[in-house]
Amino acid sequence: MSTHALETPQERTARLAQRLFRRCDVTGLALHQPAERLIRANAVAATVALLIGGISAILILLTRWQAVHLLDPMMFYRVLTAHGISMLIFFIIFFEMAVLYFAAGPLLNSRIAAPKLGWFNFGLMTVGAILVEWMIWTGKADVLMTSYIPLRAHPLYYLGIILFAVGALLVCFQFFATLIVAKREKTYDGSLPLITFGAVAAAIIAVITLLHGAATYIPTFLWSIGLMNVDPQVYRMLWWALGHSSQQINVAAMVAIWYLLGAFTVGAVVLNEKISRTAFVLYILFISMASAHHLLVDPGFSSSWKVVNTSYFMYMAVLASMLHGFTVPAGIEVGQRLRGATQGLFGWVKRAPWGDPGFSSLVLSVVVFGFVGGITGVTIGTEQINMVVHNTLRVPGHFHATVVSGTAMAFMGLTYYVIPLIFRKKVAFWRLAQIQPYLFAGGMFVFSIFMSFSGGFGVPRRHWDINFTGASFQQAFHPAVDATMAIMALGGLVAALGGGLYILITVWSVFFGRPFTAADRVDGAKGIPQGILKPPRAVTVADEANLPIGRFGHAPGTMALVFIFLASFALYYFANWKLLSFVWKIG
Amino acid sequence: MSTHEHEPEHEREPMHTGMVAPKGRWWVPAHRSEKVWFAIAFAWCMVLFAMMPLWHWKGGQNASGIRSRVDPAAYRERVEQFVADYKVGEMNGLPVVEPPPGSDVYLLGRMWTWYPVLKLRKGVEYTLHLSSTDVNHGFSLYPVNINFQVVPGYDYGLKIVPTEAGDFGIICNEFCGIGHHMMLGKVIVTNEDGSMPGKPAAAVEVP
Repeated sequence: MSTHALETPQERTARLAQRLFRRCDVTGLALHQPAERLIRANAVAATVALLIGGISAILILLTRWQAVHLLDPMMFYRVLTAHGISMLIFFIIFFEMAVLYFAAGPLLNSRIAAPKLGWFNFGLMTVGAILVEWMIWTGKADVLMTSYIPLRAHPLYYLGIILFAVGALLVCFQFFATLIVAKREKTYDGSLPLITFGAVAAAIIAVITLLHGAATYIPTFLWSIGLMNVDPQVYRMLWWALGHSSQQINVAAMVAIWYLLGAFTVGAVVLNEKISRTAFVLYILFISMASAHHLLVDPGFSSSWKVVNTSYFMYMAVLASMLHGFTVPAGIEVGQRLRGATQGLFGWVKRAPWGDPGFSSLVLSVVVFGFVGGITGVTIGTEQINMVVHNTLRVPGHFHATVVSGTAMAFMGLTYYVIPLIFRKKVAFWRLAQIQPYLFAGGMFVFSIFMSFSGGFGVPRRHWDINFTGASFQQAFHPAVDATMAIMALGGLVAALGGGLYILITVWSVFFGRPFTAADRVDGAKGIPQGILKPPRAVTVADEANLPIGRFGHAPGTMALVFIFLASFALYYFANWKLLSFVWKIG
Repeated sequence: MSTHEHEPEHEREPMHTGMVAPKGRWWVPAHRSEKVWFAIAFAWCMVLFAMMPLWHWKGGQNASGIRSRVDPAAYRERVEQFVADYKVGEMNGLPVVEPPPGSDVYLLGRMWTWYPVLKLRKGVEYTLHLSSTDVNHGFSLYPVNINFQVVPGYDYGLKIVPTEAGDFGIICNEFCGIGHHMMLGKVIVTNEDGSMPGKPAAAVEVP
């Protein structure tokens, strides 16, 4: 006792917190139990939101597929509202809260600051989410996710979103406080790990985003109870500073998870800390300007405003993504080469652990996000090209490739490591878990591509009936649209099957699964990803000096891949300018 | 781990994953391959950026427009005046309006019609004004596939030149309530001499 007499209050807190740690025998990280419990709670809430959003997705799909046309118009727009909010806001942000707790706590061997505040925040977010879902499903908020004024929802709908956002904002501050705790208590030596750095970027973007959210929803709430006026155009600008920027939180969090999954599965290295961190800083500085992507054919803004903002000030955030698009696969390649997969240009691809759902999810996430989501996003976010794209199915075609095949896929891949490492359970239905990423990404790939094709024919998004039943005029779409929409629907159903399997596997593992103990770590054991069974170890000393450096650096395979990417990008980009040049003259 | 006898200039960290807290100085030069990719990516971003001003200068399709705030009631009056001045017939209960070539054309989006039906001439420039008197709507000309946001309280005046004759639909592509899917309008583009295009649908017979 006497030794404790001299300690400062901070030291006392730190010492008491020590008793709440558990040492992970796989990663060697010190896991603060309150952090672990918060990670679990947020992950479970995310999965519930995913389930609601997923069921909604199937209903929407079976309605837009004109041959089935399941729902009536009122239910269609109601379910569409629920789909957007449940997926883009509740699922993704709950999951990101779990990532923030992990990146500042266990990853730095630190306790988290104010765990009780964490439960308060979780409560606030949950109450907010329940309010919103209640309002939607009882028909008091048929306004779609964007709730463009003067469409009007029940005041409690706006209030629910405000509560959810305040909770999330407080988690961000709790995350920053944990970073200070870790620094002060010297739980790590050196600079922040890159993954935590990426989470810091995500958290800063989240703060910017959520402040825009407050600037949107607080006036809107007051408007809904008759206390003030809100201009429809100003609303659109502020809403998209929330709506688009929140997807940029995902991008930063997803890239951080790419580095994490790379580390878990193949020991992916960080080629250069400077490059990767600069890319994250570029995200923070420029990514919020993308609100303009949604306002390119709006009457309220000048062309120069549109050009500067839509390009994130000369495409600096695109530059950041192109840098990560090189460093992530290059890190994987070098990790693989260090483990002995040195043959040829693509030997490292051939010898990769494709049966590890964490790894396959990572690669599928990078590829579909980059090739489909990224290329289409930059192209349709070009001021003039947007005229042939705005509000057509090309828009959801783009963001299902980023948010679903990119972000959600990365989250799913991480879950296969969270189940054994945090929930300490074996992954149930292991064979299904191994094919789940392929089903999900494959389905989403077909879905996104054919949704984009349909949009290219002018098919509108957010539309109950493209046969226009009851309209005063008749309008038939190009006959190919029947086929593209049907293929889109089939792709979507395959993806829904993959999403359903994910929910089945995670829920079953967590609530009915067999516990994961050290005895389970034997070669060929089912239910444990390979990165945990045999954590990646370099066969040579992990040093640049032991890597063959050709003319194209440490990662020649990746160099070839990024040039294929650039060629596809240029082809798609200029093809769209060509397409634009065929339409009526407008000025 | 290993010592770096061959790299005396600066101490390099051994290669590590993103989970590791790097010690010492990590602000070190990137390998040449990374620098090359950085330069190429940067150059590509500049190309992407330059294309937009370039198209404003040389391209034929830009959404700049003449933009102003407008009181919804005043806009409705302007549209009614426009209809009264140039009405040439009716179609499915809506007036068909043929404004003189080169004039201002007013289109009103409201739940759930595009008012009125427009009759334009191929190859002639018009200023097409778009606004709404209730909620947001989406102007989507089919099958040309040109799309604009129609925001209540704002007048978006766009210089347009129809480059083909025929029958065009206006789809609403912004959610505007339960009848959104029924919000379909019409634009008829006649040949340069004012004659109807080759194979008009039966419904297009305008007195």
